[in-house]
Amino acid sequence: MEAFASHYSYFVTVLLMAAGLYIMIARGNLVKKLIGLSIFQTSVYLLYIAPGKLIGGTAPIVSQAYQVYSNPLPHVLILTAIVVGIATLALGLAIVVRIREAYGSIEEDEIIAADVGHGDRE
Amino acid sequence: MIAEHLPALQVVVPLAAAPLIVLLRQPGVAWALAVAASVFAFGASLVLAAEVARVGVISYAMGNWPPPWGIEYRVDALSAFMLVLVSAIGALVAPYALRSVAAELPREQHYLFYAVFCLCLAGLLGMTITGDAFNVFVFMEIASLSMYVLIALGRDRRALLASYQYLLLGTIGATFYVIGVGLLYLVTGTLNIADMAERLAQVGGTRPVLAALAFITVGLSLKLALFPLHLWLPNAYAYAPSAATALLAATATKVSVYVLLRFYFTVFGAGLVVRTLPVPEILIGLSIAAIVTASLVALWQADFKRLLAYSSVAQVGYITLGIGLASADGLTAAVVHLFNHGITKGALFMLVGGIALRAGGVNFARLQGLGRAMPVTCLGVTLAGLSLIGVPGTAGFISKWYLVLGALEAGHWWLAGLVVLTSLIAVAYVWRFVEAAYLSAPAPGAARIAEAPLPMLAVSWVLVAACIWFGFDTSFTVEGARRAAALMLGGAP
Amino acid sequence: MRREPVLRVVGKLLIPYMLVFALYVQFHGDFSPGGGFQAGVITAAAIIFYALIFGLPAARRVVPEAVVEAMVALGVLIYMSVGFAGLALGGNYLDYFVLAHDPVHGQERGIFWVEIGVLVTVSGVMLKIFYVFAGRGRESGGG
Repeated sequence: MEAFASHYSYFVTVLLMAAGLYIMIARGNLVKKLIGLSIFQTSVYLLYIAPGKLIGGTAPIVSQAYQVYSNPLPHVLILTAIVVGIATLALGLAIVVRIREAYGSIEEDEIIAADVGHGDRE
Repeated sequence: MIAEHLPALQVVVPLAAAPLIVLLRQPGVAWALAVAASVFAFGASLVLAAEVARVGVISYAMGNWPPPWGIEYRVDALSAFMLVLVSAIGALVAPYALRSVAAELPREQHYLFYAVFCLCLAGLLGMTITGDAFNVFVFMEIASLSMYVLIALGRDRRALLASYQYLLLGTIGATFYVIGVGLLYLVTGTLNIADMAERLAQVGGTRPVLAALAFITVGLSLKLALFPLHLWLPNAYAYAPSAATALLAATATKVSVYVLLRFYFTVFGAGLVVRTLPVPEILIGLSIAAIVTASLVALWQADFKRLLAYSSVAQVGYITLGIGLASADGLTAAVVHLFNHGITKGALFMLVGGIALRAGGVNFARLQGLGRAMPVTCLGVTLAGLSLIGVPGTAGFISKWYLVLGALEAGHWWLAGLVVLTSLIAVAYVWRFVEAAYLSAPAPGAARIAEAPLPMLAVSWVLVAACIWFGFDTSFTVEGARRAAALMLGGAP
Repeated sequence: MRREPVLRVVGKLLIPYMLVFALYVQFHGDFSPGGGFQAGVITAAAIIFYALIFGLPAARRVVPEAVVEAMVALGVLIYMSVGFAGLALGGNYLDYFVLAHDPVHGQERGIFWVEIGVLVTVSGVMLKIFYVFAGRGRESGGG
């Protein structure tokens, strides 16, 4: 119980990670899979950010008034990771739009069935 | 003055070419810029390799922030070797792409192809040269995102699905990697790879470190298509444009293997990975599964490009087998095979792209009797195929030789037998091409098919010649790999 | 939404302030939270807001597609030329310290230009994504 209270951010991280992966595996809708991917990536943001936060800490500003500040490095790293995540999501959605135009569906099983039906159509 | 900044320019020049191409938009200009950038990168990598052979390790402080605080670019025997492979393939695929892309993509997409090509090259080079664990992730995503785009540009609508699947699995892989790096950062408080290695040596194999090792192993295995995490690879290779396939097959998985080597032997150290954990056993088991199953599946493919894609999964198995042996000979074999398989598969996919351009596809039905219509191309495929099998006198033989030596040295004589035996499956699938091209009656209309365009043929043959050359002259490959293996086994604290 | 007078008036009133606020976030980023990313997104949001009220064709007249694509490339090039400036002045790549007479001023100058590059690219990319997704259904009919 004590371990939970002091490490709850890790439990949330694991929960998000598992939920994201589960959505990606269990859902056949291509957009929902991307949502799962986003949730999965969010867990990493939390993994990095949570340990860098000090309760009562401020932004790292060089000033006599502030002595306690949070570690800025994880924030910078995760800012980068968020940008990467957005780029991945945008590209994934763009591909889904093109898949919908090419196949007329965004359900995985229907798309696979469509390809099997056409065989080696080019 | 330029020489001392080469580590930065190695990555920055291809990276800068991409926005310039987008700004200028003209297909011809775009191609010229892509060629110029990739040739520059190749020259830079050669100079760096020579310099590393002379002085040992080159360290470059990005933005003059001293490591471990700033991002360090670090070139040692292993990364110099990989830089040469990646940039050489880039410098050959770029000129090859002109005719291939002109035939396969609509004109308004040409400049985008070259821009993405440059980004992909910069990403792969960046992954290799950087000495910062998080920076590896950033470059990995630059390279991967550009690969997803390159694959989605394929003409077949299945290219879109292949790209989507690769995007999901590739992102999971990269995220697993970054989770592992995050755990290591929490343990050590640093992201610089060399610094991390020093601090981890003091920490030892605590639980977060083991978790990090597991996450990084699984994440990178997804990226390098280790069986059974290879499912994205066959479709991605089969439906991407020819030039893109040649670049991906020859470099993408190889660079991920490099990152894995970096983490196993530099960061965690052979002591933890090889001696206290069952990593070698797992790697050897999965590698055998990869080699046997992927080779067998390759045998039954109706499409030659897909056949080669499955063969790539098997060849990755040989590389990881060498890593699993974790001896000097085993690692030498792994690193040599990275290079030899890169040039072999590069040559094969380039030539296959030429066939696809002329014959309209590389289904085995279309390959019937092509040996007469495209003699130079088919001879090239056969020679590169011999290197794929590992026939003496080709580059493929050298890597398999060291693999067998490594297996015998470790006392696994059955493993050595298996390497020889599975090479026979490779004989069978290469024979399918020979049979179709040379021994079958030509399909109607095959006589009208001409040789592939000369520029494409010329650069493909450069790689075919390299497959033969490196079968005889091993001073660059084996010596380079030996230095890299010594660095990994001895240099790691 | 083109016939909604309230939206049109509020939009016309708000958009200039949004753009100015973006500039504030950009240039006050030295002293307070802010910078190129945030300012770029706010700039793009102002134009996306305009497109939502007055329609995509109107927004494309104000900020043509070609300009957006050039912005994406130009911002990265501005960023990279800061790096090359460091090289030209005798430092390492992306070396801020050599950009002015003393290192602290050099850092300020380097970050200033880097943030400009980020502003241009981020707003360009955001607009490009919006244009591509919003325009897709119209051009190809359905979807």
